[in-house]
Amino acid sequence: MIFECLVLLIAWSVLLLPVTAAVFVLLSRFSLFHPIQWISECTSLLTASSTIFSLVVLCGVVLITGLFNLEFYTLVPSIPCSRMALLGTVLHPRQCVHSLVYCTMGMLVMWCASVTIGGRYSTLGIPCRQSESGEVVTCLNEYHLFLLLAGAFMGYSHSFLGVVQNMYYVSFQPIQQYKYPRFKGCLPMVVKCSVIQSLYSARNFAALYFFFGYAPKTWISSTLHLQIDSSLQPLDSLTGLLDFSLLYHLTISGTFLYFTWYLTVLLFRIYVTEAYSFPVQSTFTEDAEQCLPKVLAETNTLVMKFFALQDLALLSQHSLSRRLEVFCLSQPGGHPHNWNAISRECLSLLSELTQRLVAHQDAVASNGRVKSQSASSDTRSASLSSSVMSGTEDIAETPRLGVPLRTPGSVFKSSVGGVHSALTAPFTPDVDSPFSSPAIRRLVGQQEPRSPWFGTVQSPHIMRRGPKLWSASTESQSNGSPPASPVTVPSPPAASEKPSFLAQWLQNRREQVKSFLAKRVLIVYLFNKLPEASSQALFADSQVHIWALQGLSHLVAASFSEDQFGVVQTTLPNILSCLVVLLEAVDRHFKLPHASSKPARAVCRMGDSTYKTLRFALRAALKTAIYKITTTFGEHLNAVNISTEHRKRLQQFLEFKE
Amino acid sequence: MCSLGVFPAPVTAAQTLLERNNELLSALHPGEHPQTHEPLSACVSVPRFLAVGSACVLALLRWASSFHGSLFPHLTLSSDEMVAEFSQMLDWSDSALRSFAWHPHTDKFAVALLDDSIRIYKSNSSATPTLKHRCQRSVCALQWKPLCGSALAVACQSCLLIWHVDPTSLSTRPSSGCAQVLSHPGHSPITSIAWSPTGSLLVSASPVDTAMMVWDVAAESAVPLQRVGGGGVTYLSWSPDGSRLLAATPSALFRVWETRMWTCERWPCLKGSCQVRKLRKLSITVFELMYAFIYFFKLTFFSQTSWDPRGERLAVLLKGDSQAVNHPSVIAVFKTRSSPVFELLPCGFVMGEAGAEPRFMQFHPHFQHGALLTVCWSDGRISHVPFYFSSAGLLGGDSPQQALASNTADHSSNKLYTEQIS
Repeated sequence: MIFECLVLLIAWSVLLLPVTAAVFVLLSRFSLFHPIQWISECTSLLTASSTIFSLVVLCGVVLITGLFNLEFYTLVPSIPCSRMALLGTVLHPRQCVHSLVYCTMGMLVMWCASVTIGGRYSTLGIPCRQSESGEVVTCLNEYHLFLLLAGAFMGYSHSFLGVVQNMYYVSFQPIQQYKYPRFKGCLPMVVKCSVIQSLYSARNFAALYFFFGYAPKTWISSTLHLQIDSSLQPLDSLTGLLDFSLLYHLTISGTFLYFTWYLTVLLFRIYVTEAYSFPVQSTFTEDAEQCLPKVLAETNTLVMKFFALQDLALLSQHSLSRRLEVFCLSQPGGHPHNWNAISRECLSLLSELTQRLVAHQDAVASNGRVKSQSASSDTRSASLSSSVMSGTEDIAETPRLGVPLRTPGSVFKSSVGGVHSALTAPFTPDVDSPFSSPAIRRLVGQQEPRSPWFGTVQSPHIMRRGPKLWSASTESQSNGSPPASPVTVPSPPAASEKPSFLAQWLQNRREQVKSFLAKRVLIVYLFNKLPEASSQALFADSQVHIWALQGLSHLVAASFSEDQFGVVQTTLPNILSCLVVLLEAVDRHFKLPHASSKPARAVCRMGDSTYKTLRFALRAALKTAIYKITTTFGEHLNAVNISTEHRKRLQQFLEFKE
Repeated sequence: MCSLGVFPAPVTAAQTLLERNNELLSALHPGEHPQTHEPLSACVSVPRFLAVGSACVLALLRWASSFHGSLFPHLTLSSDEMVAEFSQMLDWSDSALRSFAWHPHTDKFAVALLDDSIRIYKSNSSATPTLKHRCQRSVCALQWKPLCGSALAVACQSCLLIWHVDPTSLSTRPSSGCAQVLSHPGHSPITSIAWSPTGSLLVSASPVDTAMMVWDVAAESAVPLQRVGGGGVTYLSWSPDGSRLLAATPSALFRVWETRMWTCERWPCLKGSCQVRKLRKLSITVFELMYAFIYFFKLTFFSQTSWDPRGERLAVLLKGDSQAVNHPSVIAVFKTRSSPVFELLPCGFVMGEAGAEPRFMQFHPHFQHGALLTVCWSDGRISHVPFYFSSAGLLGGDSPQQALASNTADHSSNKLYTEQIS
């Protein structure tokens, strides 16, 4: 399925390439006063062999872009919790390879563009006359070099912004559309984005070249033994850069470059997010693996889970016949296997989210308590530093439930699982405490995570919690919830007086180092928590929860009239209490600082920022789901067997007071 | 129109109170008074050169778009005129009430006033929250989110506001932090909004923009759905089951979108009966027929129609002639039945106080004892006119005889089929 996607995507991008190339040629050769000459020149150029060769090169570029899209795309965005983590992601070897490849591709495209524009841009070396001797030598063509370097710069900035803006995050649209109308609808946005991005890049590159342009120029001319033509105006000067035609060509070529890449990204998104319909049940046993309940229960491929839940949400709203299949009973035996499997899977997803939220709240709450206690025993500066360094919230304590869902992933990655998560896990928010972040571990010294010295630069509150972590309740660790009781360490037992003195001394040193570090502005800047990031990270994969909520609520509401055997009624108490518990957890989460602050809206970006608002979408979907059920069942809900607090909460919904 | 002749003559002196036993009863009785506030004096001084410069640029743009404007005359209107033209409220620009919306599930409604504030009235609470926001200007439409107790969408001149008014709070001035601002360049003024019946999507339309926006409100993201023909979208309405969406354009064309894959079909809206026959051939739903009605009869004299949620009463606001003295706007109420065949039977006229003309009307979405029509009058009053009847669809209900009586009484003589109308 994914490979079909890739083939179609590359085919379409390649087919669209001549069109964009033609537009580019028309724009680059534009002359207002000689329209006929302009048109005839362009047509002859479009059929020239050099253009065909350029197109072949561009096809190669598109192919590589497509492959990179497939390799890097993710349905769950990775959200760095501090600037250090972001830096780590940018410097990650995988990302470095990506940047390198994109730089090369940028240079290739720019080379094609400069050849196509022709004139003074066409070659790197041009013949020129030396001023003293008057003989003809090969000189460096700075215009060509300028465009090539611009290509490399744009390639790198594309790759860099890809990380910062989560370019490879693929979000699902709120409505379904056919591919062609969707493409048509998005095309103006892509053109606009590429023009804007190209303008920004051109400005930045011009500034960069003005200051540092001398270095690559001399390097190239010395390695390739090209002379520098002193009669021409050098480009790294103000007068050289204020050349309108040069800037125009730079912008046009940049737009062409970005458009090629963005178009591939757009086509990829359209192909990947196309809805896929699974059969609810199959009469043949060999197809049983493809059925919706089976695919839902499957955990190893994340993509399939997304598709299955999307299909569930769609069928619950739009397809009566498939809903009836969900509600039907198995032929021998008369068990509602389909409904049981689907509802079990949805409920487990939702309760997993509830546990995640509760664990996060506990972590935040216990952090606060530990800190307030420790402030009395420690020096003021240390406690200050600890609060500065660790921020008010810390996601590190959240246990990693639902590991398969949290790894950012493509099929390949999730199939190779372990290796990948070992590679990128350091930079995903789950294990990302500011000071236990492996980046600093690397800075301080290469230490094995398992070695006894691991944790020398642990964050203060984790250290202070240390005794409790290792001595006390092992079962609370094993079941994944962080120990919530406050620490009572400051009075250690008398028997261990001596070693604890040593430990105390070590810890004091450590605190001093840390308070020293905490005063350095750069360190604080790098390790300070980005606000909202932990909240965003918690809800990073909430699209599946939203679909599960929609699917469940619509199925339950439809069951009121369509469920002939009453299969839904048996699970109704479970569903209701699960929803109410989740609602309480979500409500409490929104009371945390930064959780309910809205992110600023991005103006025009290719990167998708929907993940920033997923928590609001989840809250809205949850309330709508409960309302859907309560308005459908009305007074009948009083007959459902649920606890009194939950009934009280549901009564609020019945009276529309939520 | 010959069919109006079969109506009982309107009682001009009295205000219509309610319908009981198949008759509209009238009496002199005051309706509900919303207090209007004096308009806020928002006076922003703009430097003169800036004003002149921007006026010149605007004039240039206008001139450039005059060709487009000659194709679509509504584009030459100013923003306020356009809102007044396409608003559901009659005579929007000088009306004390700008817009009105019942909550789909509870007894509460929102009213937009002339000073651009919005008030929310609840049945069993004296607190009336007043909503004000600096972006909230020229309110053209209001709609409560279905399956939600708090969210109210407001179509303003420059943007779309989503207010989250906590139903349990006693605050009378919710802060502007409770409002989400949704805007999209080129998509203003917004004249129509429509929530999907499941409450998950919000569609907004502007007569200037050929694209209508499908908003995911919580994510604050919009998907534009563009169709060039028609020059804009003026009015939107979902079918009750959420499977279709009607989008009307300023020209003689409207579209019906199906909401699964969001494809649309164009329905040109020509004068003449062939269209009605075509509609009948398409085996259309009641929803489509109803909106077909609006758009055929808007050409003549219908201005607004409203159908009660049970589909048994149809109120039609007949727009009067502002020049003529004796031609005020009136509301005619029909009894309707959609099975076995579609029927329209006259019920009567709804009259207000002397000198007051109806400007807007809407049925209460879930009135227990029949239907409740809420009418906004030109003098700033809002009155509720109950129609007591038993639903024909619920013959096994509490009073089958009464239901039968109310629906079979005048079957014999005056049937109005759609073809007779056309």
